[in-house]
Amino acid sequence: MELLALPDDGVPRLLLDIGCGSGLSGETITENGHQWIGLDISESMLNVALQNEVEGDLLLGDMGQGLGLRPGVIDGAISISAVQWLCNADKSSHEPRLRLKAFFGSLYRCLARGARAVLQVYPENIAQRELILSYAMRSGFAGGVVVDYPHSTKKRKEYLVLTCGPPSVSSAVPSGKGEDGESCSDDESSGDEENQTVCISDRHRPRKKQKVNKKGKGREWVLRKKDQMRRKGNVVPPDTKYTARKRKARF
Amino acid sequence: MRLLTHNMLSSNIKGVTNGFPLKIEVEKVVEKQVEINHDFLRNIFPKIDWKAFSDAARTMGYVELPEQAPDPSVLESDLDFLTKFHHALLELHLEEGALVCPETGRKFPVNKGIPNMLLHEDEV
Repeated sequence: MELLALPDDGVPRLLLDIGCGSGLSGETITENGHQWIGLDISESMLNVALQNEVEGDLLLGDMGQGLGLRPGVIDGAISISAVQWLCNADKSSHEPRLRLKAFFGSLYRCLARGARAVLQVYPENIAQRELILSYAMRSGFAGGVVVDYPHSTKKRKEYLVLTCGPPSVSSAVPSGKGEDGESCSDDESSGDEENQTVCISDRHRPRKKQKVNKKGKGREWVLRKKDQMRRKGNVVPPDTKYTARKRKARF
Repeated sequence: MRLLTHNMLSSNIKGVTNGFPLKIEVEKVVEKQVEINHDFLRNIFPKIDWKAFSDAARTMGYVELPEQAPDPSVLESDLDFLTKFHHALLELHLEEGALVCPETGRKFPVNKGIPNMLLHEDEV
């Protein structure tokens, strides 16, 4: 997950971890020799991070209120499954659109030119992803969505790869594709948003409706199932005239 | 909180135009040994607002940094300076205290080394 974020190797850089939680992702950054600042809204999570003795600095803050950072100082930002929370309104005063705008606006400001932000998101539905993406684009980022394992529900991961800078630097998106290939996801799709919506099926797609009518399943169905089970070698009670007969109403 | 982070932080209360630098109110400072990395120091140096940095270091009780921003060339040769720079930037931690917004005077408390930058609803 880390591979995407780093613009180039060699010198250690200053990274920002948005929604760092207990500092798990920060530890990976430390292992790669970079300095980082973590931001999280939850004090208890940050206390856990303190106990883990993470190397980076921690801030208690709300990304929906904007990041209070000086312009152009951060070399890169990562965020693991945090941004979609901006779409929730936990308080009556929260307005998801404004919060998204504040977040992306301030993120754009504090990143150095050419810096990259990689946000792993779990959007609830397509509309939510579109919303996040549109606000990211509006604040000036260039980039797109990269998906790992698009066909697996469990392992599926979506990354928003955003590059800070004029949108004319369109080379940013293709490099996102290439990197994804390197990071050995078995299947990839990225770039074009339209392609995205085609190949991405909703995580929470409704279950196939089972045909249950009021009468319940008939005798025929039960016999068929029993037969199936017998063929599998299971122990199945014999078919009698009582098979699949309805019970009497006792009360 | 290290001075590195302090140097990056600014107040983002609505209507504040210049929320940087945040003043430091010190209650407790701790020092933690960190391995020195010259490449990182050279990389971060241009991004540091030196005046805010040296002032902050002074408030924390570390007076060995020059007041004026030194010439970038010292980074290449002067190991003594690099060590001081490193010490102030990464090893001094503000453990307890507060950060004060220079314009509104709003205090952001620092507990266990974590500054609480949460804003009230009317400040967003």
